[in-house]
Amino acid sequence: MLADAAAVTPAYKGYLEKKGFWSWALTLDHKRIGVMYLLTTLLFFLVGGLFGLLIRLELLKPVAWVFSPQTYNELFTIHGTVLIFLFIIPAIPSGLGNFFIPILIGARDVAFPRLNIMSYWIFVFGILVILGSLAHPMDTGWTFYTPYSARTDAAVTMLSLGVFMVGMSSILTGLNFIVTVHKLRAPGMGWYRMPLFIWALYATSIIQVVATPVIGMTFLLLAAERVLGIGFFDPAKGGDPILFQHFFWFYSHPVVYVMILPAMGIITEIIPTFSKKPIFGYKAIAYSSLALAFAGFLVWGHHMFTAGMSVVADILFSVLTFSVAIPTGVKVFNWIATLYKGSISLDSPMIYALTFIFLFVIGGLTGMFLGSLATDVEVHNTYFLVAHFHYTMMGGTVMGFFAGLHYWFPKMTGRMLDERLAKVAWAIILVGFNITFFTMFIAGYRGMPRRFAEYLPMYQPENVVSSIGAVILTAGIAVMFYNFVRSLFKGDPAPANPWGGRTLEWQVASPPPEHNFDTIPTITEWPYGYGKRAGGDGKP
Amino acid sequence: MNNAFNMTGAASQTAGQIDNVFIFILSIGIFFFLVTQGALIYFVIRYKKRKGDPDRETPYITESRTLERIWIIVPSILVLAIFYYGYVVFMKVKTPIQGASEVNVVASQWLWKFRYPDGRVVVNELRVPLGKPVQLTMTSTDVIHSFYVPDYRVNQDILPGRYTYLWFTPDKTGEFVVFCNQYCGVGHSEMLAKIIVMPQADYDRWLTGAPAAGGAPLAGRGEQLVKNSGCLACHSTDGTLKVGPTLKGLYGSSVALADGSAVLADDNYMKESLYEPGAKVVKGFPNVMPTFKGVLTDDDVTAVIAYIKTLGPAGHMEPDEKAETNAGTHR
Repeated sequence: MLADAAAVTPAYKGYLEKKGFWSWALTLDHKRIGVMYLLTTLLFFLVGGLFGLLIRLELLKPVAWVFSPQTYNELFTIHGTVLIFLFIIPAIPSGLGNFFIPILIGARDVAFPRLNIMSYWIFVFGILVILGSLAHPMDTGWTFYTPYSARTDAAVTMLSLGVFMVGMSSILTGLNFIVTVHKLRAPGMGWYRMPLFIWALYATSIIQVVATPVIGMTFLLLAAERVLGIGFFDPAKGGDPILFQHFFWFYSHPVVYVMILPAMGIITEIIPTFSKKPIFGYKAIAYSSLALAFAGFLVWGHHMFTAGMSVVADILFSVLTFSVAIPTGVKVFNWIATLYKGSISLDSPMIYALTFIFLFVIGGLTGMFLGSLATDVEVHNTYFLVAHFHYTMMGGTVMGFFAGLHYWFPKMTGRMLDERLAKVAWAIILVGFNITFFTMFIAGYRGMPRRFAEYLPMYQPENVVSSIGAVILTAGIAVMFYNFVRSLFKGDPAPANPWGGRTLEWQVASPPPEHNFDTIPTITEWPYGYGKRAGGDGKP
Repeated sequence: MNNAFNMTGAASQTAGQIDNVFIFILSIGIFFFLVTQGALIYFVIRYKKRKGDPDRETPYITESRTLERIWIIVPSILVLAIFYYGYVVFMKVKTPIQGASEVNVVASQWLWKFRYPDGRVVVNELRVPLGKPVQLTMTSTDVIHSFYVPDYRVNQDILPGRYTYLWFTPDKTGEFVVFCNQYCGVGHSEMLAKIIVMPQADYDRWLTGAPAAGGAPLAGRGEQLVKNSGCLACHSTDGTLKVGPTLKGLYGSSVALADGSAVLADDNYMKESLYEPGAKVVKGFPNVMPTFKGVLTDDDVTAVIAYIKTLGPAGHMEPDEKAETNAGTHR
């Protein structure tokens, strides 16, 4: 039925068989497209991280000492823009999603392979336009607030165009995934037999298709404001500066669920595999993904409690914001309940998954201070917010992404990672991350505003500690990348199913053959049927 | 801001109440953190498989309606409690205080002007009497700024073209820092002011007293004015490149202007630059300086010029070099 692991010879290279530039550039194979997305986004992860390191260097001293304030403002803008638009939004859905969605649902490819490769190249051209804007770097922060962004003579219009193209790619990918999940599931794979990673990416794709056009429209209005002087957002011309913030967050809040939901999906796959237990509360986790995708559209105003909205709007957005805590909590509790009476192996994917839970819980709980009206007024736009954001996005999404990379590296490359190096890297990253970002909670609570090129000397201790942490964190990431590169060439050959997983990707060879399945499998039960059953077949 | 830990620095009547909300949320947060991480660590240690051992047989547990109901209902009640408590205190901060004395705040890139009912304008320094409610009526002349006083736990954006408000009642004397907390360009982090809270008697004396102390040497008074009026956010006195041209060596030099002409930096030029900054813009610098008309009196201007004269004629800089570092401040 499936490509048999035993039949794999040393010469077997699966989908990696063909060589040459064009075999990649014009490929229609979702796996190759996924790999290209992964390499592109990992490159920009390193670039964006480097800019973060430069920020930490500058903040060692309270006065501008390495960079001028103008340069500093450009650094944090590039850091945020690159990491958000070129790494964290596309990395999991377009990278790991492209590679694994078809395999996990028993399909040979996505629904529209040509659209898929087109999405990738639109993404690349968008990146080139964004890089072109570096000729006159942006200094607005990644949030582009008007009227500042309408006045600065940085290349806002060009950057907007680039982000518009990247967003276009995101919409097309989301559309492709929705159709794929609806139409291409293997016979017998009902909705409740889908792996929960698919549920998470399905919810993500809906957000991408619905929300991304709004940011495209917003950037067109901003470009029109700058080029034609129309005045949508300029009060001197009858416009409203807060209108831009509503538009911006109407996209940019839902999009944090584009960032976090796929990572949650990865965690949901890893925990049962390494506990050898059925996932606890399958339906609750599946529905909580959809609930987060839906509720994510109703809470954008919580970014604007101090912006000068009406008090009624402040109150409504605050209460709606707390509704997001419930589906998030359900997922965390269900993951932990899955561990109960499991047979737990602490391999590298599992320790990254557990780290995700640890850091994301801190990120989520500190979000309560920002969702509550009284305390948001205190800590809004301070380093407290910066810390919260990095705990959810780096501690959450990026750790989930790392977990996924360690989990699926053998499947994607046919090589095992070095477990010892993986754990060394993990330990350094965990220590470095917490030193870097936990201190920001303290600096923020003591009142240090974000986006400050220079700061009062009273905040120097936190900033020095945070910068030391950033160096440690960087060292850990360097070890991890060294492990990736080294294992790609020297790693042990990977068996088809190194972790004893029950989802479909572990039933094809590592790396998978070009068409994934010789015969499309017929699904007879859900993918989490670990453990001893009293009797009867799988669930439901 | 004198205290190492913010919590002890609460210096207005609502700050302490906001701290209580903070402690309430923190307690609930720590509770959930301990419950989740405790269970996670306990399960991992208790059910960890030794390396090399075969997998143990695990039970086929797929859900528990009771447990799931508990962890939906209990957190729902707690977060609603957090919302409600935050809402109640927020309303206290947002409700106008009857009889509050009003000060108008005008924020510009990158300084604050505080205008008192008697018409006096003070830059970057807000004096208020102890224990008396204050209303700030705020607007911006250019981009969005935000008035943030950590010790008062208040933070309100300031918008061009409309007014936003802030109320507080200081209950400690001393000096408290004001940050701009909405990114506003290259001088953002230097856009600082201080609130000086004085006993009522001292405040009355200040309010009725002469706006500036007489008798000080002219250049000395000018130096004070330059320091207190926010000039140093954009202009250095030692030749350092900042948003605006340095004041060092300015007096008597020939200044190249944006329209290609040149002008001699004499007293008339300096007064015009303070009162109508857009009239003659130095080549390579953005036209962003706000006017000081109505802020500095003619006597003040004389004092400022006297001070600039003391900064010497040396150290002339090329404005074109500056153009590079100043990119991106204005259309």
